[in-house]
Amino acid sequence: MIAHDSEPRASPPAELVVEGVDKWFRTDRTITHAIEDMSFRVAGGEFICLVGPSGCGKSTLLDIIAGLKTPEKGRVLADGQLVQGPGRHRLVMFQESALFPWLNVFGNVMFGLRRKRELTNRERRTIADYHLELVGLEKYKKAYVHELSGGMKQRVALARSLAPDPRVLLMDEPLSALDAITREQLCYDIQDIWQRRRKTIVLVTHDVREAVCFADRVILLSPSPGRIREEFRIPLPRPRDINSPELAHIAQRITAALKGYLTETNEAAE
Amino acid sequence: MRRPLVVAIFFLLLLGIWQIAAASGRWSPVLLPSPALVGEYLWGALRDGSLGEAVIVTLKRLLIGYAIGVIIGLPLGLLTSTSDYFEDTIGALALGLQTLPSVCWVPLALLWFGQTEAAMLFVVVMGTVWSVVIATDTGARTIPPIYARAGRTMGSEGFDKWTRVILPASLPFVVSGMKQGWAFAWRSLMAAEIFVTILTGFGLGHLLQYGRELSAMDQVIGIMIVIVVIGLIADKALFSPWERMLHRRWGTGLK
Repeated sequence: MIAHDSEPRASPPAELVVEGVDKWFRTDRTITHAIEDMSFRVAGGEFICLVGPSGCGKSTLLDIIAGLKTPEKGRVLADGQLVQGPGRHRLVMFQESALFPWLNVFGNVMFGLRRKRELTNRERRTIADYHLELVGLEKYKKAYVHELSGGMKQRVALARSLAPDPRVLLMDEPLSALDAITREQLCYDIQDIWQRRRKTIVLVTHDVREAVCFADRVILLSPSPGRIREEFRIPLPRPRDINSPELAHIAQRITAALKGYLTETNEAAE
Repeated sequence: MRRPLVVAIFFLLLLGIWQIAAASGRWSPVLLPSPALVGEYLWGALRDGSLGEAVIVTLKRLLIGYAIGVIIGLPLGLLTSTSDYFEDTIGALALGLQTLPSVCWVPLALLWFGQTEAAMLFVVVMGTVWSVVIATDTGARTIPPIYARAGRTMGSEGFDKWTRVILPASLPFVVSGMKQGWAFAWRSLMAAEIFVTILTGFGLGHLLQYGRELSAMDQVIGIMIVIVVIGLIADKALFSPWERMLHRRWGTGLK
């Protein structure tokens, strides 16, 4: 990618602490225990991936860190500050379906920027342009969301969540809906952008390979209720190729561990 | 170039059939005047200014009443979408009143407001507002909740959330509701004008009613044609641009 001489200033990445988080969901008849006593720490600028099958509460955890949901017990600290609601320092890159169809690509990227009062309109535009260039979509400024391919939509979502300069970026399965080639490309791009913009990133996914491709550490979750089971450091050099044999080898080990926990849970349920 | 040609041929054909039927002598010209007679009436009414005046009076009532209806309906619809209590109360009321044919408001409007402009406006507002409420409510309840969540994380809360996320996201519903509201308002206004003579202005409905009283079929048919044409123009001018905008942005309805 092109080096940019007018890169907007990037805020320093925040340290993130999740402490004893418990979360239940109540409906009229049932109580679901979604997350049980989850604690971990993410250093500033670290990339961690939470991996688990559906029902392990990973999206709920992302919502809690984002401040969209409140835990029943425990707390989340970002740089020592208690998380009490959504804030622009912790932005979520939702899946592509969260892009706004009534705005064009530029409008989507501008959305978070327009809500930062301290910026002038000219600054907003410069920052939006910079991020569109960062994800390689400067030619598609005026396009509407439905006119883009799946991979391009994910790039817009990435630019939209990066533009307001968050200190923590939360990602919800950014590669899941993509074909193999687009996946590989976006995988490189996210690594590249992470190294250039240095965010603390928490990514949740059910795809072990996706996790191994990005993570400094992979945290393995087991379902019902969601719990932390094991942690893996990924020592591979970057940039990593999602299709490389070394990566596949590590992914295999983690998958085996995951399967072990699943059978355990199933047996306990029987 | 071919499409306007087809349109022209179609309507000329209709006129031709009408002309042949009128000229055949099977029906009395009192009941079926020829196109020429109707055209003659329209031309006359246009030249003495009575037609233009009636169109202006009617459109003024319609546009003012419609605007009031939309201004009341949009926030009310958003309000009912926020809670099940509002939905069960205001929402149910809106649904009930929307199914009430809007001409049924005419007697009430007359007793409340007398033979005044206010009565006309009231009928138009009642024709508009409930459709808009229901469509806005449906829209705001149907949009994917992920829009609001994404908006919240980017700092869009409260009033900003409603005007910049929920309302634009529900636009496809809102526009179709506004279109329905327009149709209802137009119908109810015509009914009110036919029923009620008020001295502050004679609208198209009044001209239609006088045509009946004078057994002037050329006037009746002429005014009906004007009403149809106004409906068509309103649809093209007011709603087509919105619908095209929605199709372009949402990627719907593309051939």
